[in-house]
Amino acid sequence: MTVTSLLQVRDLSKAFGGVQALNLVNFDLEQGELLGVIGPNGSGKTTLVNLITGFVKCSRGTVNYKGRDITRWAPHRIVCLGIARTFQMVRPFYQLPAYKNMIIPLYSPRVKKLAGGRYGSRDAVALDLLEEVGFERDSHVAYKVASVLPQGYLKRLELAKAIALKPDLLILDELFSGLSLAEVASIVPIIEKLRQQGKTVIMIEHRLKELFRIADRVIVLNYGIKIADGVPSEVMESDDVKKAYLGTEV
Amino acid sequence: MKKRKERIDRGIKARSSDIFALCSWKEMLYLSGPRLLPIIGFLLLPPFLGGYWQRVMLSVAVFALLAISWDILAQSGMVSLGQALFFGMGAYSAGVLNHYLGLSPFVTIPAAAILGALICTILLLPVLRLRGIYFSMVTLIIPIMLVRIIEASKIFGGTEGLSGLSSLPSRWVELYVAVIALLCALFGFRRMLASDFGLVLRGLNDSDRSVTNAGINIYRIKIQALLLSSAIGAFAGALMTHVYMFVGMPVFALDYSILPIAAAVVGGPGTLAGATLGACLLVPLSEVLRGIGGLRIVFYGLFLVIFIVALPEGIFHFIQRRYHQFDRWVEVDK
Repeated sequence: MTVTSLLQVRDLSKAFGGVQALNLVNFDLEQGELLGVIGPNGSGKTTLVNLITGFVKCSRGTVNYKGRDITRWAPHRIVCLGIARTFQMVRPFYQLPAYKNMIIPLYSPRVKKLAGGRYGSRDAVALDLLEEVGFERDSHVAYKVASVLPQGYLKRLELAKAIALKPDLLILDELFSGLSLAEVASIVPIIEKLRQQGKTVIMIEHRLKELFRIADRVIVLNYGIKIADGVPSEVMESDDVKKAYLGTEV
Repeated sequence: MKKRKERIDRGIKARSSDIFALCSWKEMLYLSGPRLLPIIGFLLLPPFLGGYWQRVMLSVAVFALLAISWDILAQSGMVSLGQALFFGMGAYSAGVLNHYLGLSPFVTIPAAAILGALICTILLLPVLRLRGIYFSMVTLIIPIMLVRIIEASKIFGGTEGLSGLSSLPSRWVELYVAVIALLCALFGFRRMLASDFGLVLRGLNDSDRSVTNAGINIYRIKIQALLLSSAIGAFAGALMTHVYMFVGMPVFALDYSILPIAAAVVGGPGTLAGATLGACLLVPLSEVLRGIGGLRIVFYGLFLVIFIVALPEGIFHFIQRRYHQFDRWVEVDK
């Protein structure tokens, strides 16, 4: 275990009844690193995120963040410590306009604390954040209720809600899924900009080409077990990874 | 001279749903009119009503308070079937404070609103994790359980209740306390729902996981919503205890749970004004139908079905939409 690691995951395991969704997963994450998590469907990627963020309680193992054991913390406390996430299936507040969706994370105790009580107009901050993720300032898209927004905008809104929390560690769960190549290409610079700001990022992705362009390191899960960990080019050469993705000859 | 149709709100440039640029008295009246109407109506109407209809108006205010209380909870994702719990807890709290401690109604009513709200919140704390029909079922069951507990243990007068309680100084005080409380609740809580805290409450209705993911303790927010909602219901119950000068098991009756829901649904949920409008229609309707005897419930039910089928969005939303669509003929400059 390195002293400087931002996040340390040790022997993390989760069983849902008889299904072992995650089994003894270990990894460290350094400050400013972008870690990709890949694996076939059902390999335990989202379970891993749910365990780190406290939405699901683990059966075994520990999660340490900035030297604190956060294994059994409630999700809102974990967010307040600086870990924000997006959901694989977007979860906007459908009845609210896009910019009003942003008010809810801006209302969080973490943002209030970081702003020292001087956050000014939340509406103005919300519109600035939406512009950062690609909501055009001159258009009316930010004022439309979330229920009528297309998938691309909903994904951007999900990202903006996470960024609004000023996280140190940002976990993006399949942010690119359901997006066109052009939409992905427009989101990648946003993630790169976040990294330049010193944010640490975990990205769960199936869009490997785009992920490998920006990831420093990748871990591969299969049936809940970590089968590879390393730089993208090395990981994809691993026989276990090829087998997991392509299967074995019959 | 050529003429064309123009929306009457054309001069008002709306930047968003709550920011307006007003340029004339006419435009100010356009916006303030619908807000002034209930204030003027509720405050000026009582002197023109007879004693019986003043009582009906008191019932309107009480059921409107219960409907507002229901609407706040529903907005926060907690659909309650037990407003009678809040009403009854407030009623009993006021009765007990007055009967055993001899406190004046002006003390017991606010004290019972707070005490009743605290007790209701504590009772519902263990079920705040429940959502949808599961939460609803528990809220429905608790008042029924309380009735049986009072009956079996004979506490607070048992089946006979507590009678001979102090009344308010006059029927005018009773009516205006109810009306002013209703107006304060209506405008105060509408403002609250439009605030950032209100957005968080509405967010809970959409996705409580997303609210949690925003770093907000949803149980704390739900407790706050429950406290506010139950305080309104308990206030209504406490007031009625001193109006009737009696409190007994009927305060937990199903009427106090069902009619507020009907009022909110018919009027239009989500605005509080809809809940008030619903109570203003349903309570007097119930009184008017009294004249036809046994078939009253049939006609009352029929009206409810017609309202819900014809205007599923609620009467208030329909009127609001039509109001903003009003247009007038204007001369076109040549």
